[in-house]
Amino acid sequence: MSELRGVIVSHAAVAQALVAAVTAITGIEGALTGISNEGCGTEELAERLREAVGAGPAVLFVDLPGGSCFTSSARYAKRGGADIAVVTGVNLAMLLDFVFNRDISPSEAARRAVDAGAKAIRVTPA
Amino acid sequence: MTLALYRIDDRLIHGQVVVGWGQPLDVSFIVLVDDEVSSSDWEQDLYRMGVPPQIEVIFASVETAAELLPAWDADSRVGILLVGDIDTAVALAARVPQVKRFNVGGVHHRTGRKERLRFVYLTDDEATKLRQLAASGVDVTAQDVPTARAVPVAEFT
Repeated sequence: MSELRGVIVSHAAVAQALVAAVTAITGIEGALTGISNEGCGTEELAERLREAVGAGPAVLFVDLPGGSCFTSSARYAKRGGADIAVVTGVNLAMLLDFVFNRDISPSEAARRAVDAGAKAIRVTPA
Repeated sequence: MTLALYRIDDRLIHGQVVVGWGQPLDVSFIVLVDDEVSSSDWEQDLYRMGVPPQIEVIFASVETAAELLPAWDADSRVGILLVGDIDTAVALAARVPQVKRFNVGGVHHRTGRKERLRFVYLTDDEATKLRQLAASGVDVTAQDVPTARAVPVAEFT
């Protein structure tokens, strides 16, 4: 199985910052691509997705479960032709787990991301 | 209240609409007028996901919207009406005389369009259509978020 690509889709520069943070922590480069919806209509965002995903398979990590990043990603996953899963609520913890576990299917990776991401959200005892 | 905002935005329902405008206007419903979306359950599910459960989302074709717009405008709640492109806005305004204003909130880059504002790219034909819309008595301004200045149509077409 070819190794999965991760594409982070966000408002403003959140995606690029997350890619930089993952590289800074793990030293792994090239597993993730960040794209922004800045100045994009739906067509241009679809084009950015096409360039970033390539032939797939891929997981799209989207910032919010609604909005232009999300609708474009979901539409692309449905129509893009490649094997693609979409996860919303991207955080650094799920990305760190993802880059070390890319020899699985997009849907398995998406489930894993939800687990890893959710485990990182906690209230710290005072 | 009424339909507080008539907006042209090619992203349709997204953060600027739901949060940026929705919060200060205290919006209870969003009408999305788009022939393609109104005929696809899957697309409607996608757009609904971006909206908190207390806000109702109504999907309509241009034809249905022309018929129901007076009722939405007379609704006791505050609503936003969204269209995805200039042609839809023009078609709706032509059919419903009570459409008296349109906010150009986001029309983005595409081949053939020129940058008019940071968030508005138009072909010459689209710019002409907006000026004609304004000349027919519709107040057309560009404004992405409520805290920004409403730019009059003459300044960006």
